[in-house]
Amino acid sequence: MPLLEVKDLKVRVEEREILHGLTLTVNEGEVHAIMGPNGSGKSTLSHVIAGKPGYEVTDGQILFRGEDLLEMSPDERAAKGVFLAFQYPVEIPGVATMTFLRTALNAQRKARGESEYSTPDFLKKVREVSKSLNIPQDMLKRGVNVGFSGGEKKRNEVLQMALFEPSLCILDEMDSGLDIDALRIAADGVNALRSPKRAMVVITHYQRLLNYIVPDVVHVMSKGRVVKSGGKDLALELEASGYAQFEDAA
Amino acid sequence: MNVALAKTGSGRAVSDLFASAEGLLPGSPAIKAARRQAFETYERLGLPHRRIEEWKYTDLRALVGEVLPLAASPDAGALSKAADAVKAHAIAGARKLVLVDGVFAADLSDVKAIAAEASVKTLRETLEKDAGDILTTSSTDAVISLNAALATDGVVLEIADGAQLSAPIQIIHVATAASASAYSRSRVRIGKGARATFIESFVAAGAKAYQVNDAVIVEIGDNADVAHIRLMDDAPDAVNITSQFVTVGADTKLNFFNMTTGGAVSRLQGFIKLAGEGSELSINGVNLLKKTEHGDLTLVVDHAVPNCTSREIFRAVIDDRAHSVFQGRIIVRPDAQKTDGKMMTRALLLSDEAEADNKPELEIFADDVSCGHGATAGALDDTLLFYLRARGLPEKDAQALLIQAFVGEAIEQIADDDLREHVVGMAERWLERRS
Amino acid sequence: MPAVQETVERVKRIDVDQYRYGFETLIESDKAPKGLSEETVKFISAKKNEPAWMLQWRLEAYRRWLTMTEPTWARVDYPKIDFQDLYYYSAPKPKKTVTSLDEIDPEILKTYEKLGIPLREVAMLEGVEPKPGEEDPNRRKIAVDAVFDSVSVATTFKAELKKAGVIFMPISEAIREHPELVQKYLGSVVPTSDNFYATLNSAVFSDGSFVYVPPGVRCPMELSTYFRINERNTGQFERTLIIADKGSYVSYLEGCTAPQRDENQLHAAVVELVAHDDAEIKYSTVQNWYPGNSEGKGGIYNFVTKRGDCRGNNSKISWTQVETGSAITWKYPSCILRGDNSRGEFYSIAISNGFQQVDSGTKMIHLGKNTTSRIISKGIAAGKSQNTYRGLVTAHRKATGARNFTACDSLLIGDKCGAHTVPYIEAKNSSATFEHEATTSKISEDVLFYCIQRGLSQEEAVGLVVNGFVKDVLQQLPMEFAVEAQKLISISLEGSVG
Repeated sequence: MPLLEVKDLKVRVEEREILHGLTLTVNEGEVHAIMGPNGSGKSTLSHVIAGKPGYEVTDGQILFRGEDLLEMSPDERAAKGVFLAFQYPVEIPGVATMTFLRTALNAQRKARGESEYSTPDFLKKVREVSKSLNIPQDMLKRGVNVGFSGGEKKRNEVLQMALFEPSLCILDEMDSGLDIDALRIAADGVNALRSPKRAMVVITHYQRLLNYIVPDVVHVMSKGRVVKSGGKDLALELEASGYAQFEDAA
Repeated sequence: MNVALAKTGSGRAVSDLFASAEGLLPGSPAIKAARRQAFETYERLGLPHRRIEEWKYTDLRALVGEVLPLAASPDAGALSKAADAVKAHAIAGARKLVLVDGVFAADLSDVKAIAAEASVKTLRETLEKDAGDILTTSSTDAVISLNAALATDGVVLEIADGAQLSAPIQIIHVATAASASAYSRSRVRIGKGARATFIESFVAAGAKAYQVNDAVIVEIGDNADVAHIRLMDDAPDAVNITSQFVTVGADTKLNFFNMTTGGAVSRLQGFIKLAGEGSELSINGVNLLKKTEHGDLTLVVDHAVPNCTSREIFRAVIDDRAHSVFQGRIIVRPDAQKTDGKMMTRALLLSDEAEADNKPELEIFADDVSCGHGATAGALDDTLLFYLRARGLPEKDAQALLIQAFVGEAIEQIADDDLREHVVGMAERWLERRS
Repeated sequence: MPAVQETVERVKRIDVDQYRYGFETLIESDKAPKGLSEETVKFISAKKNEPAWMLQWRLEAYRRWLTMTEPTWARVDYPKIDFQDLYYYSAPKPKKTVTSLDEIDPEILKTYEKLGIPLREVAMLEGVEPKPGEEDPNRRKIAVDAVFDSVSVATTFKAELKKAGVIFMPISEAIREHPELVQKYLGSVVPTSDNFYATLNSAVFSDGSFVYVPPGVRCPMELSTYFRINERNTGQFERTLIIADKGSYVSYLEGCTAPQRDENQLHAAVVELVAHDDAEIKYSTVQNWYPGNSEGKGGIYNFVTKRGDCRGNNSKISWTQVETGSAITWKYPSCILRGDNSRGEFYSIAISNGFQQVDSGTKMIHLGKNTTSRIISKGIAAGKSQNTYRGLVTAHRKATGARNFTACDSLLIGDKCGAHTVPYIEAKNSSATFEHEATTSKISEDVLFYCIQRGLSQEEAVGLVVNGFVKDVLQQLPMEFAVEAQKLISISLEGSVG
């Protein structure tokens, strides 16, 4: 059974259709890249998979391990193993990062009927992961993402990904606002999480990110549909020739 | 609401009440005359209503209707009920002074331990020995006049110059008498260079539909360091109106915090005067309101002298059909140059029928000042809620976390770690009860 | 910033403590008998050849007024007004129906010349049009209705406006010529019983402007009314009514001056605005009534009720005011946001100097869904003046999605004045989002020193800083007005730094 199946998905936002019948299948262990120009519906897809309010699914299905994802609340989806790394991670003043991480992790475990993490195990794990991502401990005491730089925010997303151990990671424009060094650290973090049991969907406008996170499959999105799929070379081809060739195909 | 009887304003019932109470009230003939005069002031004004500017949002005629008869002196049964409530609400490590239905309960109080470091008397004793100036305040507000007329008892604390209290003092007001009112008045004097923490708690021991009218006079000397925490945790159908007069000397630090977590109608009206230069005020408050509760925090910070700093942070969380009122006024007198006064108030509305009224005022008569206020009202941020839910938090938990963070900005101003934790715990319990 | 340079030069030329509009025009006038009674009301109505319904409306207001008392909640302090010691009507004499500018008393035209504000309006009143090729591209056409004491003396560009279907005329004429419109809208925003001064106005208003913009019409030029109080002991009670029908747009300017006198003069105007679906009204005021002398003697009591009703969906009303004059200002231009998605704006500069007292602000009443409002208030207190911002923002239960942003900043110049902020913020549903911020500060010594070190005088430096402080609001004014306003601001602050 595929991990994620998006079938003929149609989505509206305030009376305007953004996705016009999108189909996508992702299996365990695969890394898919979704590329496309601005406004092609890439971020909409990631939001709908994660369950963000404000989107109306008018047709189609999203199955996660065969279960209907659209019937689940965002937190249920998270507990099932769906993780969205946000393009713009929000700042939550007053909620210490450490408190947030523990509350979220335990909420997910509780929803899955697992026991809560013991504090020493949790702290040990946080320390390990944050060290590998170059996240200083005092950052974890601050409010979630409050006063973090762009790179720090993205690293905080990867930190959560590592802690929560989701089976599907959707990375929405992870490279936006990052310089090369920050991008490399974040990408190294992501690569360390690649495993035969975990799939990733990397959403990006630019090919640059795919030099660091090398995909198995590349999809090109245009005007709310996947218009072409292929191997990693497709990304290079796009880099050379641009998106214009697909505008009409859509 | 049980207390809202049909009758409005000051009526016969109150006059009868005063006539019957007069004989029981402490004080010399001169004090009795002053009480009668205060009562006449009250009778002339009646309960405050919306056309009195200071009471615009808390119309006691509409909300309360009538003043209930004076509670009887607590009997053994009442004291035993009160003892249980005191146990439940006592703050670990604090020394207690307990008032039951407005009457000082020596047996429930730690008088001996406190007396080792400070002078402690009751209002009753003080009025019988001293002049009645304790009944006089700068205000002619109707509820304060009523308090002066009927104040039965209270605590009179004197903390000597240089004294460093080794433990906080907690004044616990316990209500045991249903459908009755209690009038208390206390005074706390803190000498030069003294260091003290005091807490006032308002709790119910099974009592319903009671009314509290309390007044506190706080006089703080120079170079003092004072923490003052108030916890208004009354029964859901109770009325609690407290007036507080604070005078702050020079180079003093005052860390003040109020939290209202119950009561059908609660109002704290504080008048805080900076009378000496170089002092720093940190004044903070949280209202956690649900059902049809009405919580009002009205504070006047009066910068009467130059070179003082005041910081005020208020948070209101309003659920169901509750109504939160915040009125904060910063006055800067003509000579109070170099005043630095800032105030921030935010209201979080959790229900479509909740109401938040904010009136932050600046009244400034000196030019070399830096003053400001901010006020916001709104619902929980959907973006933040989604982020938390996308990380696996169920809706109620996500809301609770954001609400805690929201009120945390005020609570974290409490300087004392243990007290802060205690207040955080109270807020958490309120949130748990909500979900 | 050439405008600032202009201000600076202006300041150099002006003598301190001189109100430049303080001259009196010697023209004969036709006055109502002193005092207020039903007879006065009937006299005014008869002078205006009003229909019976109008007289009835006035008399009802007068009877209501007799039962009312003066409001005392504002932070202003003045001796009790003897309403029987005032004249309620004064028209320049000889007065006949004015059909062309030539018929206007030359003395009045001279007055406008002397006023110099707004300058081009004088030119227009005198019929001077720029020669072809010499038009200032930045200068739009402005139609002017001039109200002298209580009477509208001239309205320009009537024909051109008529072509567009816009009605712009003295309200006294509108009562006769468009009774159906006046009857429908007069008192529909500010009811006759609204408040003491509005009720008084309803009984005795003598003239003012009437504007009706038909559906879909964008008014082809700025409309302007110019008010001047000239006569001694005369109350001025003008009444303005502006209706923007569906999908229309109109921008309206109002300027005011009065001569210098020792006694106080009363001004109690009412302005009503109605915006239907998709309509927009922009209302700008530069108020420069005589503020009294340096001892606080004389000056205008300006007790004005201004209110706009965003009656239709997607309608918008925007108030901009520059208040520099009057001994006492009591004024709260407000918006009732009734239509869904309607928007209200209030931009204000209130400057007080000498013994002036200002209590001004706005009310934004959110009733419709997704209504938005914005308040930007800049108060500047100097001398021995008191300057209060008083504002209400309220979102009713059904006003889901209501949003308000408020910023009110005060600047104090000198240590004998007061600046006060009294906002009322009422949220009655959870989807309302309100943000309010207020600051009070003095002009930074560092900034002043920097400017002075670069060669500006103290006064010039203050003018520069103040103009920066009020910039956000000045930008809301039509450009010609903005320049005038900028000059006024500097002039009003003269003598405030020592």
